[in-house]
Amino acid sequence: MSLRLDELPQGRPAYIDRIDWTLMSPSEGQRLREYGICEGASIELMHRGGIFGGGAVACRIGRMTIGMRAKHAAAIEVATTAAGEGILPS
Amino acid sequence: MSAQPLVALVGNPNAGKSALFNALTGARQKLGNYPGVTVERKVGRLALDDGAIVDLVDLPGTYSLDPTSPDEEVTRNVILGKQAGERMPDALVIVVDAANLDNHLRFALELVALGLPTVVALNMVDLATRDGLELDAARLADDLGVPVIPTVAVRKRGLDHLRVELSQMLPVAAVPLRARKTIGSFAEIQKEAQRIARRAIVSETPSRRLTGAIDKVALHPVAGMALLLALLFIMFQAVFTWSEVPVAMIEGALAAIEEAVSGALPDGVVKDFLVQGVIAGVGSVIVFLPQILILFFFILMLEGTGYMVRAAFLMDGVMTRVGLSGRAFIPLLSSFACAVPGIMATRTISDPKDRLTTILIAPLMTCSARLPVYALIIAAFIPARQVWGGIGLQGLVMFILYVAGIVGAFVAALALRMTVTKGGGGGFLMELPKYQMPLLRDIALGLWQRAVIFLKRAGTIIFVTTVVLWVLLSYPKAPEGSGISPIKYSAAGRIAAVIEPVLEPIGFNDEIAVALIPAIAAREVAVAALATAYSIEDAGGDEVKTERSLTQRLSGRWSLPTALSFLAWFVFAPQCISTIAVTRRETNGWKWPTFMVVYLLGMAYIASGVVFWTATALGL
Repeated sequence: MSLRLDELPQGRPAYIDRIDWTLMSPSEGQRLREYGICEGASIELMHRGGIFGGGAVACRIGRMTIGMRAKHAAAIEVATTAAGEGILPS
Repeated sequence: MSAQPLVALVGNPNAGKSALFNALTGARQKLGNYPGVTVERKVGRLALDDGAIVDLVDLPGTYSLDPTSPDEEVTRNVILGKQAGERMPDALVIVVDAANLDNHLRFALELVALGLPTVVALNMVDLATRDGLELDAARLADDLGVPVIPTVAVRKRGLDHLRVELSQMLPVAAVPLRARKTIGSFAEIQKEAQRIARRAIVSETPSRRLTGAIDKVALHPVAGMALLLALLFIMFQAVFTWSEVPVAMIEGALAAIEEAVSGALPDGVVKDFLVQGVIAGVGSVIVFLPQILILFFFILMLEGTGYMVRAAFLMDGVMTRVGLSGRAFIPLLSSFACAVPGIMATRTISDPKDRLTTILIAPLMTCSARLPVYALIIAAFIPARQVWGGIGLQGLVMFILYVAGIVGAFVAALALRMTVTKGGGGGFLMELPKYQMPLLRDIALGLWQRAVIFLKRAGTIIFVTTVVLWVLLSYPKAPEGSGISPIKYSAAGRIAAVIEPVLEPIGFNDEIAVALIPAIAAREVAVAALATAYSIEDAGGDEVKTERSLTQRLSGRWSLPTALSFLAWFVFAPQCISTIAVTRRETNGWKWPTFMVVYLLGMAYIASGVVFWTATALGL
């Protein structure tokens, strides 16, 4: 099942299927890659922020937690791994 | 140029670099700036076991040698020997977070490839162990081709070993330079880093329990926001309540000094100068040291624990509404202490227009220098009674002034984003580090450095302006028995008379005009200036304490609309040379500081006018 990172249920392990780099500036794309966000990496949505909506989301990548805007998360397409199944090697 | 070898401490943000720097150098550090940019330069002395001394420089944390913000650019330039004001480092200490190897090793590989003498500090190994990670440092050293030392900077573990490695690779001539390697593409280094990390991990259990558990509350849309507001409330309460005792002690000491000087010196110019000028002026500013330190204590704690980034995360939604990023929250919060470090903190904002907007509105946050002005006027004009069942009216007015600044800043941000800083919009992208208890020693060191900066400011800028003002207010002396007010006759009075017609429509009188000129240097000088002005005018009268009598003098002479208008002025007016100077440095020119001064003066004038005429119309 493929869906956008911002739609991923919290705490459901997934891996990155495809990233639409055109939805962000080159420097934002660079920073995402520096955080280790790339196709094939395993990722998990941890928190959604802000009571006023439009806020950021926090996700776990490797052993880091990254905060990003929902619009960046929307550029990241993920596929969920079935519960209990091991996380795919990146 | 000093002859000592230079060692650069470099690594990703959140690798514990600053803790390692503090642990290695102790209090022997120097803070400065790189020329042309407001990136803080931190250098410390490190004595190696063989007696050699090296200079250790703590470079801003960055993820790669491809900079996306001004401070990351400094890191790149220093390492490549291209930074003005810094010599090429002779060796590198790469700091990596043991619990985050696959990510931090990519940058480490880039650095190792440069061929400089290098040692890797595998930092925070204790937290990695707590997280269920077991690492093989020897294996890692083999793969990287440089020595790897496990360290725990906050517990000072591994530091001896690190110093031994450094003394073996310095002086530089002793070690043949490795050839500079060309490295592959980003993706290739990434793969290599992950491969090396995996080989170095002996065993691993995925976990992040403590941080995850706290974040469940701290990042919760409702509970997290409530927690943030509660923390801010406690912070501002503490600024007032915790400072009562130390402020009283400083006031007592100043009174004793004043009495001693008055008693010891004969009446005359010298005594007037010391009592009315120096002690009244500089003293009225030093009194605020405790409040500033309490504010900085909270800000350093929030940063040190890792909470500050969470606050930025929570605030991003709100900040987006006014065209800013959540990242702007940290500099703006610091600006409540002082806009100067606040503006310097904007260097972490990568989008230039986000950053410029944040710089331009930072002076609207109610900085601690406004406190003396607010406190004086409120004490003189707002009755200390309670309204709506127990809320103190004086505190309420103070609160309204803070809110007015914040609302003004948001309105200004919106307007700026639609006009001069249109476009851009960098977004929000930040690492949320693990929570940790900051070391008391590091907090104390930070506070000490702030206190020194503040006292230096009081001793230089504020001292000089107070002295100049005293001279201008005291001379020329009005002829004896002429009945002319000594202030009006003085040089300052004559200068003020020129601008007074502009200020008269918003309810300002001569003395305010006199006080506003030196207060361009620093807001708190307004209090000292009013004190000096009225004490010279009343000289020869009864010898009451400046503080108390100033309150009485003001409430006797100013109308309530004038006082309120004066408060409104200080919410907005750009009365601070240091802020203007730091803005000039930060934006590389006079264009933006000039713009800032003009737009803030405009806001101040309009706000004061509205307040004065509304209050007058209401018959206050």
